[in-house]
Amino acid sequence: MSPEKMVYMANQIAGFFKTQPGADAAERVADHIRDFWEPRMREQLLSHVAGGGAGLDEAVIGAAGQL
Amino acid sequence: MKDFIIPSYSRDDDRDMGTPAREGAPVALTIDGFEVTVPEGTSVMRAAAELGIQVPKLCATDSVEAFGSCRLCAVEIDGRRGTPASCTTPVAPGMIVHTQSEKVRKIRKGVMELYISDHPLDCLTCSANGDCELQDMAGAVGLRDVRYKAPENVPLANHFAPRNTSGEANPEWLPKDDSNPYFTYDPAKCIVCSRCVRACEEVQGTFALTIEGRGFDSRVSFGAKTDNALASDCVSCGACVQACPTATLQENSVIDLGTPERAVITTCAYCGVGCSFKAELNGDQLVRMVPYKHGKANRGHSCVKGRFAYGYATHKDRILNPMIRDSIEDPWQEVSWEEALTFAANRMRGLQDTYGQKSIGVITSSRCTNEETFLVQKLTRAVFGNNNTDTCARVCHSPTGYGLGQTFGTSAGTQDFDSVEHTDVVIVIGANPTDGHPVFASRLKKRLRSGAKLIVIDPRRIDLVKSAHIAAAHHLPLRPGTNVAVVSALAHVIVTEGLMDEEFIRTRCDWDEFQTYAEFISDPRHSPEATALLTGVDAQELRGAARAFATGGNGAIYYGLGVTEHSQGSTTVMGIANLAMLTGNIGRKGVGVNPLRGQNNVQGSCDMGSFPHELPGYRHVKSPEVRDLFKEAWGVEIDPEPGLRIPNMLDAAVAGTFKGLYCQGEDILQSDPDTKHVAAGLAAMECVIVHDLFLNETANYAHVFLPGSTFLEKDGTFTNAERRINRVRKVMAPKNGYADWEVTQMLANAMGAGWNYTHPAQIMDEIAATTPSFAGVDYALLEEKGSIQWPCNENHPDGTPLMHVDGFVRGKGRFIVTEYIATDERSGPRFPLLLTTGRILSQYNVGAQTRRTDNVVWHEMDLLEIHPHDAENRGLKDGDYVKLASRSGETSLRAKITDRVSPGVVYTTFHHPDTQANVITTDYSDWATNCPEYKVTAVQVSPSNGPTDWQEEYAAQAAQARRILPAAE
Repeated sequence: MSPEKMVYMANQIAGFFKTQPGADAAERVADHIRDFWEPRMREQLLSHVAGGGAGLDEAVIGAAGQL
Repeated sequence: MKDFIIPSYSRDDDRDMGTPAREGAPVALTIDGFEVTVPEGTSVMRAAAELGIQVPKLCATDSVEAFGSCRLCAVEIDGRRGTPASCTTPVAPGMIVHTQSEKVRKIRKGVMELYISDHPLDCLTCSANGDCELQDMAGAVGLRDVRYKAPENVPLANHFAPRNTSGEANPEWLPKDDSNPYFTYDPAKCIVCSRCVRACEEVQGTFALTIEGRGFDSRVSFGAKTDNALASDCVSCGACVQACPTATLQENSVIDLGTPERAVITTCAYCGVGCSFKAELNGDQLVRMVPYKHGKANRGHSCVKGRFAYGYATHKDRILNPMIRDSIEDPWQEVSWEEALTFAANRMRGLQDTYGQKSIGVITSSRCTNEETFLVQKLTRAVFGNNNTDTCARVCHSPTGYGLGQTFGTSAGTQDFDSVEHTDVVIVIGANPTDGHPVFASRLKKRLRSGAKLIVIDPRRIDLVKSAHIAAAHHLPLRPGTNVAVVSALAHVIVTEGLMDEEFIRTRCDWDEFQTYAEFISDPRHSPEATALLTGVDAQELRGAARAFATGGNGAIYYGLGVTEHSQGSTTVMGIANLAMLTGNIGRKGVGVNPLRGQNNVQGSCDMGSFPHELPGYRHVKSPEVRDLFKEAWGVEIDPEPGLRIPNMLDAAVAGTFKGLYCQGEDILQSDPDTKHVAAGLAAMECVIVHDLFLNETANYAHVFLPGSTFLEKDGTFTNAERRINRVRKVMAPKNGYADWEVTQMLANAMGAGWNYTHPAQIMDEIAATTPSFAGVDYALLEEKGSIQWPCNENHPDGTPLMHVDGFVRGKGRFIVTEYIATDERSGPRFPLLLTTGRILSQYNVGAQTRRTDNVVWHEMDLLEIHPHDAENRGLKDGDYVKLASRSGETSLRAKITDRVSPGVVYTTFHHPDTQANVITTDYSDWATNCPEYKVTAVQVSPSNGPTDWQEEYAAQAAQARRILPAAE
């Protein structure tokens, strides 16, 4: 998928978990992505992060470290 | 001691008991010397019927309340004067009733003689011959002659003879009304029993029929004098036709084909209500569908689709032979099943060899049976060796799965449909039941007419807001995309005004999480006043709605795709669950959270493991224990990683890593959002296998076409929105040669699977063996019970009508913080209006079935609803061709100017491929599940001369792609 779409979807997930109580948004984003994103999508996310992670929410970048 | 009695019937006993059943304390009485005990409030007529004694009757039928007009059911009761009508006389303790005294026999004969004096004696050629209660009653009372004759040389005193013997027209005679495509009204046959009028009022709740005139002038009339059946408010549900005791209102199919001689009980294949029907046939010729009285979802009612719109099953467009082609540029080539399956299997395996194990996948059908869906997901998990399976629930109720799973612990509605009879205040949010789930709507309207309050949360003024004899207490016409803000504002009012059910929350929910939630929701930024500008909902009206829901008694929430199909669909579902928990409205009759499911088996297809991350029974593929269970059953390793969801498949296809798709009974090119993207995804695949009744839109991009079978042609089960597993029974042989489960099995075997199911019952046994919530289900139990609501297992051997009665499935109910995050799909200078999409009563989903029936008389094209202000600004008149454009694409259709939509909002349906509303919708989706945001698209509307270039290109490609070469000799 286009990087913009992937970034958008990941940020939407972060958008929800950042509103939840607790300081573990990145971990919960990681759990969600692990549960619902097919490996190809996760690889695309990881390589995007490796390439600087342009446009990604910090919770997603934090989550990528745990994937 | 038993304090009430519910009469029980065997499944095949659908005798007309004369008057409706009652619940109440037992009352014992004697009828014709036999003792009987029935619930208080039962009529004498029904009590007699319980004994097997049929009191003659004409105006009574057990679908409507007694009326007492025909006087045929007169009886004598010891100690009472006169001859009371048994239909309107309730039983009393110790009552002694005589149904066959000399006196009442004489009365009945006299009554029948009068009826017959104004009825044509053309029984032999009458369409109701053999199925006429008037005929039956004439026989039952022993009517042998009619003494009344019209006087000579005066105008005819009857309603049935068009002319007198001199050829003069009879002013009392009226011609047949055959304006409705499915039934004919013949006034000449009418006995003015009012059963049709009462069925329209009491059962359907439309009030389209009335009796006009008095005495001899009394006539059944469709509304105003100038209206005919089609022009009236009639929604063609057929309740009147079913209630009519004569040939006055008769199915055209019976007029054409004669009375049916056998009946098979089966389940409707349209919406998620899952009505039970008697398919009535002569041989394998389907004559009519009659809603089954003991069907627990519909209780003997139906809508126009279920009862009448089955003609697609025999439509000439049905494809009955398999077809293949090398490229989508080629015409189709008819081939043998073996050749088609070998071609498909070789291609799919070849793709896996070249592009990897995960380069192919399946889409299961929410229109097919549980057993068929189970096999399709098994095909991908056990034969393809990956988890690339998804289903149309992705684009409708996947947020329900996620949201209710998180809050309650399981993905399903909490109630049965009967529950609505016990509700006091109902919220309908993002659903339009009178169009989408008509039989449920009729049951809801019945409850509203007896006093329950209604709150409608919808951008449009749907019919439930105000129609005959019902009106919503509150309508909150919110701006599309602001569901979370409105639901949170309701919760804010309930919490800050102290209206919550604290005891329920303390005992049933996680108290700490509630504290966090209460603090969050109490913040003034969630107040109706603070969000009014955003949502467009009047703050006082919203406060009134919140108070009514929290304090009005049993509160139930019913919702549809207007909740789920948003960027925050899952969040809204959680917000709805929060509302139900806050007010203690879970775990008993009359309350609950009730997702109205779209397609007939969308609940079942989710239950059967159609989602890429879940094995059957909603168990994540990451769980080694669950994978081991299936490894044991299927003898293969299950991939522990989630597979691709439908939008992900299309993205991966465009990216070149997803190459092959087996799509059963689903038309993603028409139904899924952003048509251009779907088409690009399909065009990028090297093997698309479409398994369907028709060459649907998706088939324009297919390489293999496998003909499908209709619900009339196979055995299986559907699971409706109340988790009810209903049997689907084969009433005729598949025209294409095979039931769909057989086709999937043949494809699997062509790929080396070695399956050998010989009946769907064996597939259900495999489902039960592997899926705890189905552990107790088998076909023998379904035969015995008629239907079962899952979970059905050791703890619930008879199934589970109500969920979460003593505790939530997950233990403690979980309140989840629901922050409103606006969608990025916003109106602006280029696209100043918001489009929302939906359905209409007469059409179903992509219309592949209903467009191939006479239902098109009600909706032959998709229309764009636009407010008069927005139309005037643009110089548009009603019926004008308009161009509808978004950032995704543009199409053209005709405008319908109406104030049902608010200014700034436009609405259309997606039933017709020549409009393709989904070329407009975007790729935005729910944050948790990728459910598309169908309900909010920023658009512009402008005058147009006709189809857009895109529509013309689309139509040309479709015509090109549908060419079929004759079979090789």
